[in-house]
Amino acid sequence: MVIECKHVWNYISEYLDGTLPEETRTIVQRHLEHCEICSAILDSTRNIIILTADDRVFELPVGFSERLHARIDLELAETER
Amino acid sequence: MQASTPNRPEAEVIAAILAGETQLYHELIRPYERSVYLMALSYMKNEAEAEDVAQEAFIKAFRNLSTFRGDAKFSTWLISITLNEARNRLRRQGVVRMQSLDEPPDEAGSVSPALMRDWREIPSEALERDEVRRLIQKAIETLPEIYKQVFLLRDVEELDVSETAQTLSISISNVKVRLHRARVMLQQELAPQLKTIGRAQKRRWLPWS
Repeated sequence: MVIECKHVWNYISEYLDGTLPEETRTIVQRHLEHCEICSAILDSTRNIIILTADDRVFELPVGFSERLHARIDLELAETER
Repeated sequence: MQASTPNRPEAEVIAAILAGETQLYHELIRPYERSVYLMALSYMKNEAEAEDVAQEAFIKAFRNLSTFRGDAKFSTWLISITLNEARNRLRRQGVVRMQSLDEPPDEAGSVSPALMRDWREIPSEALERDEVRRLIQKAIETLPEIYKQVFLLRDVEELDVSETAQTLSISISNVKVRLHRARVMLQQELAPQLKTIGRAQKRRWLPWS
């Protein structure tokens, strides 16, 4: 079975998560083998997901941890009283 | 601070805290500081307020620790408390969410990716550059809220589909649809920009090619 690019795009996310039913996965796979556009879309999406998951993208404000634990210490002291 | 107990199961640590070893709370939450802050930031859009919400969430979680049941993960429970805290704060501030503008319904039309013929892998080292980090932060921050939350929980915090559904009180199929849209929107926004950066970088490094 042959499918068009725009149908393949609907499956990008589930394809990357490996949650597509076997049959659909095979159809998408075959399309990717000869479609450089869809392959590039898939590769770039996968790449972007990996980059966004990196801890370096969002960093905690300087001193966040110290302030948080100081606040917790106050709370713990209250509790013990 | 007393010695930490890094490999002790979380459930045991929680039981110990409830039994009076309250200092252990510091250790219990250490792995989740970033997650909680990030989820607070996704609502508050301002670092100082996000920090405030995060602190408040950790304090509330401590006060309510005895109501935590082991059927959810501690992290999921903590994030739910954070989201509630953020929503309550916005409500108190009188921020009225424009549901129809802010939150497109799930049935809204599909999103299309940016088209390209080839993709050269952007290595993680690219994140050492401020420019690249800012680009990615901005792309995530400007996602419509319902997509951003699902994306952050699934792809940044790495919760699974059902944990994400539980945390946001939405269905599993909504999680999948929103995650798909979020990912495609990010590809659409970021792929063309990152591609240019990749090329400029290559030119700088390999002037002879």
